[in-house]
Amino acid sequence: MALLTCQNISLAYERHTVLSELSFQVHAGNYLCIIGENGSGKSSLIKAILGLIPTVNGTISLGEELSKHEIAYLPQQNAAQKDFPASVYEVVLSGRLSSKRFFSFYSRKDKQEAEANMERLGVLSLKDKSFRELSGGQQQRVLLARAFSTDMKLLIVDEPTVGLDAYATAELYRMIAEINASGVAVIMVTHDVEAAKKYATHILYLQNKPLFFGSKKDYFSGNHGESEENRDNA
Amino acid sequence: MLDYLKILFSGNILWYALIVGCLLSMTAALLGVTLVLKKYAMIGDGLSHVSFAALSVAVATGQSPMAFSLPVVALTAFLLLRLSEGSKIKGDAAVAVVSAAALAIGAIAARGSNIDIESYMFGSIVAVNLSDVILTALLATAVIAIYVLFYNRIFAITFDETYVKAGGGHTWLYNAIMALLTALAVVVGLRLVGALLISALIIFPALTAMRLFKSFRKVVIAAAVIGVVSFLTALFVSVLLDAPTGACVVLFDLVIFGMASLIHWRKTA
Ligand SMILES: Nc1ncnc2c1ncn2[C@@H]1O[C@H](COP(=O)(O)OP(=O)(O)OP(=O)(O)O)[C@@H](O)[C@H]1O
Ligand SMILES: [Mg+2]
Repeated sequence: MALLTCQNISLAYERHTVLSELSFQVHAGNYLCIIGENGSGKSSLIKAILGLIPTVNGTISLGEELSKHEIAYLPQQNAAQKDFPASVYEVVLSGRLSSKRFFSFYSRKDKQEAEANMERLGVLSLKDKSFRELSGGQQQRVLLARAFSTDMKLLIVDEPTVGLDAYATAELYRMIAEINASGVAVIMVTHDVEAAKKYATHILYLQNKPLFFGSKKDYFSGNHGESEENRDNA
Repeated sequence: MLDYLKILFSGNILWYALIVGCLLSMTAALLGVTLVLKKYAMIGDGLSHVSFAALSVAVATGQSPMAFSLPVVALTAFLLLRLSEGSKIKGDAAVAVVSAAALAIGAIAARGSNIDIESYMFGSIVAVNLSDVILTALLATAVIAIYVLFYNRIFAITFDETYVKAGGGHTWLYNAIMALLTALAVVVGLRLVGALLISALIIFPALTAMRLFKSFRKVVIAAAVIGVVSFLTALFVSVLLDAPTGACVVLFDLVIFGMASLIHWRKTA
């Protein structure tokens, strides 16, 4: 059974279609990289998968073994307000919430988990700092720590390396690969084709319509784009 | 002066005013933190106008004011809070539109009736009775219980609603509960402290606390404390000077806010 199945979906803002007739599946343990130029609908696809925007057509379904709160998410744009009083610790801990049923108290395990992830992302020393007073790259790390703190089966990250320095970028790729190796499926939107080449098991190449979906091997072995075009022209 | 206070406190009225005022200040301050952070600072003001309209319409059509205005105000609050989710109109603009429309409707409906505009503006805290005390106590208990039991969820949703929604959280339920509680606070508060004050009770403690503290937990606690302390102080001053309580609270809030800003400015300068 697939973790996530998108069947023939189309997305639009008002009447303006940004993506049409896309079908693909993500299975447990997969590492899917979504690539495509600016405005090709990558982030919109992610939002649709998360139920943040509606689909015009088609269905998106989660497999039985995956429930919504087991999806961790790093948005492309940090939606948090600029002047919000929140400590780094409070923000990271809130990643533990989605698995809570009703009340919202944090256990010792939650706190340990949050601290471990702050440590991994190198923001433990910023624990009591105000989130709004961090640099862009530091904020990105904190939001990554929040996402990583979730008890997840699927990790969705939208251009996670934006704002990170070279060292942090390499570290992040390593961490995501590690999470993937532990059995968590990963969907990563990226412009970094080298990273896709290195880590992905599958590639989805978008340009308002799917140009390619398949295994990495097939994608990098050659003439995906052309064959698509040829088919269109024929 | 002490004798004067002694006489005042010998009856029930000032005690009632004291209890109701404290509970209401704390409730409004707690709700205020999330409302201000979600850019709904003016919702208290808008809802008090809606409440005025509902009151006028209820009087004009011979219905029970409370039973009529509460659902109307709650529904308006819910619709306003829902707007934030991906709509084109910004929250505060929508509040302004609703506020003006309600005032216009209220003014027309109130034509010829004997609604006391002065007590609507400034409330009449000395007219507080036992049932007001009970109602406010229930409201305050509900708000405090919700803030204690669901504190972390409230933080998460206020900080980043999209993230909670992406994780399958029921953000609409939270918005509905917030709307209902805000509506209750406004309707109850309006009768006691007036339209002018209720909005100040919501906004000022939160703004002051945000100047002083950087973590959400500290801001919430500080807002509640500031709300109660400034109400108490202002109540005594207003009794001593025989000035309207609502106006005194607003002025006192302003002074504390000014001091907090000064501290904030000195810390960052
Ligand atoms: N909220 C919105 N309202 C209207 N149109 C939108 C909205 N968000 C995105 N779009 C449009 O949808 C298209 C796809 O946007 P999307 O953000 O999905 O692109 P993307 O592939 O993530 O691009 P990037 O690489 O720049 O992040 C764009 O043409 C954009 O103008
Ligand atoms: Mg994008």
